[in-house]
Amino acid sequence: MTAALRFDPIRLPPECEKLRKEVRAFLADEIAAGTFDPHKPNREDSDAPEFSRRVGERGWLGMTWPKKYGGHERTFLERYVVTEEMRVANAPTRRFFVADRQSGPVLLKYAPERIKLDILPRICRGEVCFAIGMSEPNSGSDLFAAKTKATKTDGGWLINGTKIWTSSAHIADYMIAIFRTSPSTKENRRHGLTQFLVDMKTPGIKVNPIGQITGQFEFNEVVFTDAFMPDDHVLGEIDGAWKQATSELAYERSGPERFLETYYVLTELVRAVGKDPDTRSAEGIGRLVAQLHTMRRMSVSVAGMLQAGKEPVVEASIVKDIGTIWEQQLPHRVRDLAAFVDADASNHATLEEQLAFAMKTAPKLTIQGGTTEVLRGIIARGLGLR
Amino acid sequence: MRRKKIPHPKPGKMAARIVRTAKQGNAVAEVENIVVETAEKIFADLANAQTINHDTKGSWKAPLWQALTEAGLPLSWVPEACGGSGASLAEGFGVLGAAGRFAIAVPLAETMLAGWLLSQANIASPEGMMTVAPCGPKDRITLGTDGTLSGRTRGVPFATDAKHIAVLAQGSGGLSVALVEASACRIEHGFNLGGDGNDTVTFSNLQPIAIKPAPKSFDHTTLLLMGGVARSLQIAGALETLLDISVRYSNERVAFEKKISKFQAVQHNLAKLAGESAAALAAATSAADTIANFKTFDDAVFLEAASAKIRASEAAEKGAAIAHQVHGAIGFTLEHILHRYSLRALAWRDDFGSESYWAVELGKMVAARGADELWPLVASR
Ligand SMILES: Cc1cc2nc3c(=O)[nH]c(=O)nc-3n(C[C@H](O)[C@H](O)[C@H](O)COP(=O)(O)OP(=O)(O)OC[C@H]3O[C@@H](n4cnc5c(N)ncnc54)[C@H](O)[C@@H]3O)c2cc1C
Repeated sequence: MTAALRFDPIRLPPECEKLRKEVRAFLADEIAAGTFDPHKPNREDSDAPEFSRRVGERGWLGMTWPKKYGGHERTFLERYVVTEEMRVANAPTRRFFVADRQSGPVLLKYAPERIKLDILPRICRGEVCFAIGMSEPNSGSDLFAAKTKATKTDGGWLINGTKIWTSSAHIADYMIAIFRTSPSTKENRRHGLTQFLVDMKTPGIKVNPIGQITGQFEFNEVVFTDAFMPDDHVLGEIDGAWKQATSELAYERSGPERFLETYYVLTELVRAVGKDPDTRSAEGIGRLVAQLHTMRRMSVSVAGMLQAGKEPVVEASIVKDIGTIWEQQLPHRVRDLAAFVDADASNHATLEEQLAFAMKTAPKLTIQGGTTEVLRGIIARGLGLR
Repeated sequence: MRRKKIPHPKPGKMAARIVRTAKQGNAVAEVENIVVETAEKIFADLANAQTINHDTKGSWKAPLWQALTEAGLPLSWVPEACGGSGASLAEGFGVLGAAGRFAIAVPLAETMLAGWLLSQANIASPEGMMTVAPCGPKDRITLGTDGTLSGRTRGVPFATDAKHIAVLAQGSGGLSVALVEASACRIEHGFNLGGDGNDTVTFSNLQPIAIKPAPKSFDHTTLLLMGGVARSLQIAGALETLLDISVRYSNERVAFEKKISKFQAVQHNLAKLAGESAAALAAATSAADTIANFKTFDDAVFLEAASAKIRASEAAEKGAAIAHQVHGAIGFTLEHILHRYSLRALAWRDDFGSESYWAVELGKMVAARGADELWPLVASR
């Protein structure tokens, strides 16, 4: 057999269920206090710094990191529970989500000690927001075509160029970005890019908001004009960013956010059809629930295998591939089924509003963080095809 | 990514029992056990797809069944007191996954299920091939006041090959489990998509060899879900092999002076096949793990088992289509082994309730619980 995929039937341990109850109670309190409305996912982009701090106070940020840096040394499975409960509730996680999932782990691995001690505890307290500066106007899927330049100067680097589609740059305190420090070489076209920690308050950085088809303004163009980065803001090896990009990807690819982005329309459909659905609605809902359950089991399995020190790289990519396609199609399947729902159902307006938002959101789900095509290329490589 | 090569133990009747003792206390996930390895060894030796595909007389069947019987596999789920080898449910499910990977075309799954059903009522299992009835949600066999069985059940796998049939029958006082001689029933022989026996069995005032009341908590749904999980594992296994042989073929076949595996469209199709195979595997093993460990039959068990059958069946459709596409015309020939896996994966969708049947049932359950109970149910697994 060439390609044995593994999905061990991993269950969340009992401590997770206690934690889940705590998270649900916390979210219920926040909803009651009016912090957010779980039925209005379209408000999810609104910045919620106070909420972010309260999540930090509960110990739910940097959960898996060392205590030394403000972390809580808990398991990835516990973090998983917090993430999925927040997502399903449509909680406003934008301010801390990227820092907690992606940027913190990069800093932990590559930042100098002084910076780790400074920034990581603030992430854990929910005080800082991160953005990711990879894409450029002429470099998207092909990350290694990035041109934004870092030129060596006394004590640091001067940055010139433009990043684009940078989510949350308008509210971010920091960005982790890749800049070109050398040209690529004939032997290695991935050579020459370096990862930097960017303080967004640095003079010479201008953030221009870009409107999205949902009507939201959550990504941006970020223009650098002689912006100075001190030497200790280099993360990892100079010219060697390509070696650093891959290791954490399995966590990033297979989490609950990869299939729950539009989940709310399914809940609302079940509400709309009522307790005694016709055959068509029942079948449609049954299939969607079976698919959802399967994806979650796959996702939990990958989280558990990671926690156990295994490296399910292909499995993680598969979760993201089928997860994002599922969450993209979900509003359209729900729309099919909702066509037969009684227009007088008490939640009909909510469902319609949610569907409109979910269908507008849907196209991005298979683009952001690496397109379906790129992901399938990674799976194909894992299968031994390239 | 490579399946670990483990030295194969000699198949032996006691294999299951020895392992059970050795593995006591181990998590189900870790049951990479001797029982499954024994089965795989037998399948590899005696159920080689190439050989079977060229053997029009079916002379491979008897030695295969003989070896399986000697290893105690058909009665894996029968306690030793009832004449079986007393393997755990988890071990038996592992065997079924392996049977799927080899597209095994003898009534191994059916005999295991029959033995399991008989054991529910403490009826000893006879030797030889068995099958179970009813296998569809609409079929009912009734137990008359005179103690005889009547009714007609369609889509019974391998009834023609079986010596005995384990039956779940509805009487006025509740459900009973019965053992009947296949030769005493009227059997109309039919075939499923994969060419395996798929028969209609009619019972007319038939006197069973043994009959006992089913346990209180046991009903038709329990039997169908157990059969459905068995089929999900077989489908997942077949998909694993479909992926394996499709990947291999794409690395051999040349077109336009390139291996076809170098064409992006082919790569992406195979990546999708990997996804479908993965989904079937995850759903089926999760459901098997649930059934092997559950204490009460609740909505969560139903969610797991029904989802496995639904998702594995959906995967069979998408996966089989891609495997054929990658193979081109050669995969459409009788000569090639591809159809042994693709057509069986498709055929197994029909047994013990199709995916559309279970989707309706699951949808009704979810709706009856109410919208706000959906996430808690999903998250409970
Ligand atoms: C909502 C949203 C938020 C985002 N947030 C961020 C962010 O915070 N930070 C950031 O850096 N980026 C962000 N991005 C950008 C995102 O990472 C890129 O859009 C993505 O990597 C694709 O790049 P592109 O848009 O330039 O498309 P292109 O790379 O130009 O691709 C266009 C099409 O061509 C296909 N294609 C390209 N190359 C290949 C190939 N080799 N084989 C087959 N098909 C190919 C693609 O799959 C796609 O379908 C965000 C994007 C969205 C939509």
